[in-house]
Amino acid sequence: MTWTRKHLLDIESLTPDEIVTVLDTARAFKAVGERAIKKVPALRGKTVVNLFVEPSTRTRISFELAEQRLSADVINFSAEASSFKKGETLKDTARNLEALNADFIVIRHSASGAPHFLARVLNASVINAGDGAHEHPTQALLDVFTIREHKGKIAGLNITILGDILYSRVARSNIWALRKLGATVTLCGPATLVPKTFEQMGCRVTHDVDEAIRDADIINLLRIQHERQRKTMFPSINEYIQLFGLNKARLAKAKPDALVMHPGPINRSVEIDSDIADSGRSLILEQVTNGLAVRMAVLFLVNGGKGPPEVTGN
Amino acid sequence: MPETTVILDAAAMQRALTRIAHEIAERNENGAEVVLTGIPVGGDHLAKRLGKILSELWQQTVPVGILDVSMHRDDLDRRAAPTVHPTVIPFDVTGKTVVLVDDVLFSGRTTRAAMDALNDFGRPKKIQLAVVIDRGHRELPIKADFVGKNVPTAEGEKVRVRLVENDGVDEVVLERPK
Repeated sequence: MTWTRKHLLDIESLTPDEIVTVLDTARAFKAVGERAIKKVPALRGKTVVNLFVEPSTRTRISFELAEQRLSADVINFSAEASSFKKGETLKDTARNLEALNADFIVIRHSASGAPHFLARVLNASVINAGDGAHEHPTQALLDVFTIREHKGKIAGLNITILGDILYSRVARSNIWALRKLGATVTLCGPATLVPKTFEQMGCRVTHDVDEAIRDADIINLLRIQHERQRKTMFPSINEYIQLFGLNKARLAKAKPDALVMHPGPINRSVEIDSDIADSGRSLILEQVTNGLAVRMAVLFLVNGGKGPPEVTGN
Repeated sequence: MPETTVILDAAAMQRALTRIAHEIAERNENGAEVVLTGIPVGGDHLAKRLGKILSELWQQTVPVGILDVSMHRDDLDRRAAPTVHPTVIPFDVTGKTVVLVDDVLFSGRTTRAAMDALNDFGRPKKIQLAVVIDRGHRELPIKADFVGKNVPTAEGEKVRVRLVENDGVDEVVLERPK
């Protein structure tokens, strides 16, 4: 399978084969992280700008380390310390960065579609590091990578995503990726945060946690995103914990080999009990390790996406 | 369909590998210092086969690894990203004689990338190169130490090394575009 895309903007437009190509490539990059010398020269001489207009710690650090391990030069740009405060538009900021000969722009933005917009106006490769409530493609790819490592496959698995789905770009990207690879996806959470409209994406929607996790191979918990909720979507945190929080008693009703994931940052004792987060059934820290490998793979692939199709020959 | 000529059949390939193994043994008196690393796709299986023959010759296990060079290529931004294979080197290369194994030697760029990639794993005492086919057209000052068969080719032709492990048959064919 040859990757020919110059950008990674979303999961929705990827084919199943393209998703598998990223996962296979990431496997090789994960091994690089286990060597004494964790750096390869694949992006030597290339410049990557991390344009984080919306705050982020773990995604930015993960991208930054991925870029450094590929030998790229890295510029970090955050909204707080930038000319956005002075009223510069996204287009002008990005054009200025491109005038410095940036080859890649990794963008995190609170507006859905911001990466797609940049991809239209710039020559650089654009990678979406999360746009509004739309998509967070590298998070979905690392989640799917982690699931495949543990379960050996994606097709036929039952994946339950539990929590704030409505405002979650992680959920949307995960749903696209999992459905394309043949998993059955169940969404669960308060009715206000998990509307029935998600059934149009090919998911099962339920508001009963015990039922949602009973047959699950993977339970992917999402954070309650206070910053994206214009008003409270459920009566109280305590009620959420009682009805939807993942605790030992609840997990005991799931399959014995069901594993728990969370994109972080976790709210201990809200979505997830501390003992579960720290237990052997939690893949949370592995997700962080795998995120690095997946982001290296994505940068490696889109770098090639600017060239002609793979030249076969000796 | 391109016009194809069989350069090596299964028996000839087996003879070539046996001869290469004997040449490696002749060149390197101390078998304990020799490790093999094959370059995918093709070289990894060839390295395993050579390792088996050498282990019998030397009466000791010869370590065999897989060295993927795609992250070290010099044409990464000129073409679609190559398929990356896992690198598995379960031994220390420092102080060892590393025999790189590839199916075809052409421009020499893969070999250069392989030498670069090896650097990340340690400092070999020596690096040697074994190939089944040397088809000429070098773009770098690189020469193979062990060659199964020298095949003069034109630039536009293709040399395909098919192996039982990948393709169900052992043979080398030359394809001429029509």
